[in-house]
Amino acid sequence: MKILVGIKRVVDYNVRVRVLPDGSGVDTDGVKMSVNPFDEIALEEALRIREAGDAEEVIVVSAGGDECQQQLRTGLAMGADRAIQIQTSESLQPLSLARAFLKVIEREEPGLVILGKQAIDDDNSQTAQMLAGLWDRPQATFASKLVLDGQTASVTREVDAGMETIEVDLPAVVSVDLRLNEPRFVKLPDIMKAKRKPLDVIPLEDLEVSVEGNINVGHHASPPQREKGIMVEDAAQLVQELKNRGLI
Amino acid sequence: MTEREIMEYDVIIVGAGPAGLSCAIRLKQQKPELMVAVIEKSSEIGAHILSGAVIEPEPLDELLPGWRDNPPPICIPVENDEIWLLSQKGRRRLPTPPQQKNHGNFIVSLGAMCAWMAARAEALEVDIFPGYAASEIRYTDDGAVGGVIIGDMGIDRDGKPKDTYMQGIEIHAPITVFSEGVRGHLSKQLIRKFELDKDSDPQTYGIGMKELWRVQPGKSKPGLVQHTAGWPLDSKTYGGSFIYHLDKDRIAIGFVCGLDYQDPEFVPFEAFQQMKNHPMVHEILAGGEILSSGARAIAEGGYQSLPRTEMPGALIVGDAAGTLNVPKIKGTHQAMRCGILAAEHIAETSAADGFDAKLRESAVVKELYKVRNIRPAFYKGFWRGFIRAAIETVTAGKLPTTLSVHADDSSLQKLDGYTPPDRKWVDRDLPPRDRLASVYFAATEHDEDQPVHLQILEPDICTTRCVEEYDNPCTRFCPAHVYEMVEEDAGKQLQINSANCVHCKTCDIKDPYQIINWVTPEGGSGPNYQNM
Amino acid sequence: MSRILIIAEHDGQVLNISTAKCVSCAKAIGGEIDIAVFGNGIDAVAAEAAALDSVNKVIAVNAEHLETPLAANWAAETRNMASDYSHLLGPSTTFGKDLMPRVAALVGVNQVSDIMAVNGPSSFKRPIYAGNAIVDVETPADATAVATVRTASWKAAAGSGNAAIEQRAADSSPASHTRFVGMEVEGGERPDLQSAQRVVSGGRALGSEENFGIIYSLADKLGAGVGASRAAVDAGYCPNDMQVGQTGKIISPDLYMAFGISGAIQHVTGIKDAGTIVAVNKDPEAPIFEIADIGLAGDLFSIIPEFESLLG
Repeated sequence: MKILVGIKRVVDYNVRVRVLPDGSGVDTDGVKMSVNPFDEIALEEALRIREAGDAEEVIVVSAGGDECQQQLRTGLAMGADRAIQIQTSESLQPLSLARAFLKVIEREEPGLVILGKQAIDDDNSQTAQMLAGLWDRPQATFASKLVLDGQTASVTREVDAGMETIEVDLPAVVSVDLRLNEPRFVKLPDIMKAKRKPLDVIPLEDLEVSVEGNINVGHHASPPQREKGIMVEDAAQLVQELKNRGLI
Repeated sequence: MTEREIMEYDVIIVGAGPAGLSCAIRLKQQKPELMVAVIEKSSEIGAHILSGAVIEPEPLDELLPGWRDNPPPICIPVENDEIWLLSQKGRRRLPTPPQQKNHGNFIVSLGAMCAWMAARAEALEVDIFPGYAASEIRYTDDGAVGGVIIGDMGIDRDGKPKDTYMQGIEIHAPITVFSEGVRGHLSKQLIRKFELDKDSDPQTYGIGMKELWRVQPGKSKPGLVQHTAGWPLDSKTYGGSFIYHLDKDRIAIGFVCGLDYQDPEFVPFEAFQQMKNHPMVHEILAGGEILSSGARAIAEGGYQSLPRTEMPGALIVGDAAGTLNVPKIKGTHQAMRCGILAAEHIAETSAADGFDAKLRESAVVKELYKVRNIRPAFYKGFWRGFIRAAIETVTAGKLPTTLSVHADDSSLQKLDGYTPPDRKWVDRDLPPRDRLASVYFAATEHDEDQPVHLQILEPDICTTRCVEEYDNPCTRFCPAHVYEMVEEDAGKQLQINSANCVHCKTCDIKDPYQIINWVTPEGGSGPNYQNM
Repeated sequence: MSRILIIAEHDGQVLNISTAKCVSCAKAIGGEIDIAVFGNGIDAVAAEAAALDSVNKVIAVNAEHLETPLAANWAAETRNMASDYSHLLGPSTTFGKDLMPRVAALVGVNQVSDIMAVNGPSSFKRPIYAGNAIVDVETPADATAVATVRTASWKAAAGSGNAAIEQRAADSSPASHTRFVGMEVEGGERPDLQSAQRVVSGGRALGSEENFGIIYSLADKLGAGVGASRAAVDAGYCPNDMQVGQTGKIISPDLYMAFGISGAIQHVTGIKDAGTIVAVNKDPEAPIFEIADIGLAGDLFSIIPEFESLLG
């Protein structure tokens, strides 16, 4: 089967993000961009499945301007077979993105779609769930373990109460959590090989997806600075203060 | 252990700074058919680059004509120069010496400029590989340098392979260009192995610390270049500060301090912070915020300390050799010229030998020669240095004597019998509070589960001799708070917070016992400087 | 007037506090508030929901296929109720994060994740870049607003209400392609550090792995998760996965108690969204006191046992 892996170009997780003084956005000037860390985990899982013999092809997909080809090439260098860029200069929100992905799914007919649970820029955590809803297929979110068995997959999910295991029929959408695996390093020679692997560019218009119903994103503010609070004299006062605030 | 995979190139360049990138670009311009690769330990080009910087554009004009139509992202023409002599609260304007007249020069972010140069290099089909650290030199059977070996990745703290283990490949090339910058760890090995410094004076260094600030609107005067000397340093410690005014309300501010300082209790980072609290500087910074911070050693030995730069199969270029012009405080144009020269030599001869002679005849070394006595003049203290520097400047270095340059690791005075000067330092209120807060802005990152890359060759010395003689100065000269002496039940122990390291190399240089050996951590580790 | 539907989170027996927090958010939006309780034999849960303050009515849907909150089933059910409402809310817990986007896609709208504050019926504040920026967003006026509510930002609504409970039959067919297999609850042990409501943390001042025992003991008394500063982890007092901070975990408990932690910016980054920060440190100049809501300068070795005993 084919596995489709969605990857997103995001501000690198090491960057100390700051809000622009005029509040119009976050300062991304000269800032390092990388593959969303959860998406690397998604790709790593897909590669392991292919290496185990349960898939023949891993395809990385990203939506954005031509800059995202850099991240697609990283995906190819990690070991993906093929890359698809959904070319658009619009910043797609999850609903439109999911609709566009669905069109790619209709063309490629994968058995499994693996995405990161959220992108570290928007922190939305929506695309996988929306895609599964539109496709009318199972969703298995926050996966920390994935075991394939023919046409079904057993997925263990990290939920607040503990670890939940569900079984889904393929094709399905999985979103991955941090503890699923540790992504491999890229070997230098593979960077060279990646340059020769196919990267198809599909303009968004060709997918006939309308971008509508966008949420309007307005003013950006820095998080409020925490201020110095009160000092207490001893443990007894501390207990009293916490009780007064309903914390214990 | 399985045999390493091998990649082959005509030329491999270690380090994507201005010297290495200039070399790569020039090679492809002269001989497009050459297979050229640049490897770089930082996760992205520019992430480990830290410099003031005011640059002289001539080598850029030579290498990339037309660059002015498409300049690097931060590139502000210099409008004004100011030199100030500071006292604790006061200041006196000094006349600008010729080396500090910056008309026609540009204030840049060297890191952003390197990223910009890297894009040009890639357009010429240079293969650039950030995130890979050259950890060993590869030698051919006849003892020549034959390339480098990339460090293994995915090794745990105890040296054992993790699940993500990936063996480093070997890159073979008939010529390797080492452009690692100041105190490169492989250059250090080569200099020793091939005795490249046997006819030169020891190298001497400074520590450069820098912060990028966004200040209140109106405080930055784009194009203004300010330098200070005097307070907060004492007359026996060489150094001073720079304040470069950029656009978008940004200021690049930094402090350089000669690593031949004598006071074992001296904290270079604190000197930097004191300078910021001088009324003239405080006024600019108050109400602003720090965007980025970091540190890097600079090479101050110049002409006298320049080692032989060629050996079988390899060249050392740029500040890995030490081409910075100290009185100008500029090294970029020199590094670029050196890299270009190396490229032209390689393109012409396909060999390493013969390069050193060309370098000695070149504009690079002529420039170093002219100013060769200025830095060592300051060994006798600030005022005598100042006078001698003036003489050397007026005579354009033509006086027949050449002062010797001394090593830094032997300059520290022992505690016993030493009285530090009264520094008149103040209580300060500008961020960062301390080195730990400062290193936060360097965004330095090391996977905690990897071997410690700061090797202490004789660890007993730390808790026996060093604590007595010098009170463990590493805990003070490291700008990133890597070294700490911690009270344990068994007594004081050295704790190495290697994850904080910003790869400045100061510890490798200044340690009085020379037992600290900096080696490269896993590729991609280290600072993530932005616009520095 | 807004008509808001909250999808209740519960475990079949007991209503999750996240639902009460959604009610607070709904109150801030203003309008009529209904709660939907899906499940199989959930009348007790429905009663709890009906007791929440300001609720108009509770819609209880009992059906076998709704027993576990499989998104494919609950989203279909929600979507079939959606046309009566202007707003559909769920908590930003793993439950709500799993469910609500699927609901949004079925309804055909984008979703606002993690509402921190309400500016108006269509205007909200939410965190992006791990909370390093707070952004104002506005949903299209003519469409249903689907959102998750950031539980750390809202107090639980009081239980002083008496809403009507309406029983309804399920209006969706089971999605056979997804099946619940099992749940392994982190039982017996402490709450997971990442999601605990209370966290007790120790720093290097604890001095040894053994001494760290007093932190564990206090945490157990409080039913709290346990964290540590990087210095404590580096010194070997506790394992790496307990590290809170820039290179460890970023957490937002309601109560964070830091003992013997200096408060370096690297650590504080990990707790900047905590509800209340309590700091105990021998050094009154320690930076942590600059951001702690309640500070106590003193020796943690005498303060912790005293504090623990006063807790009763």
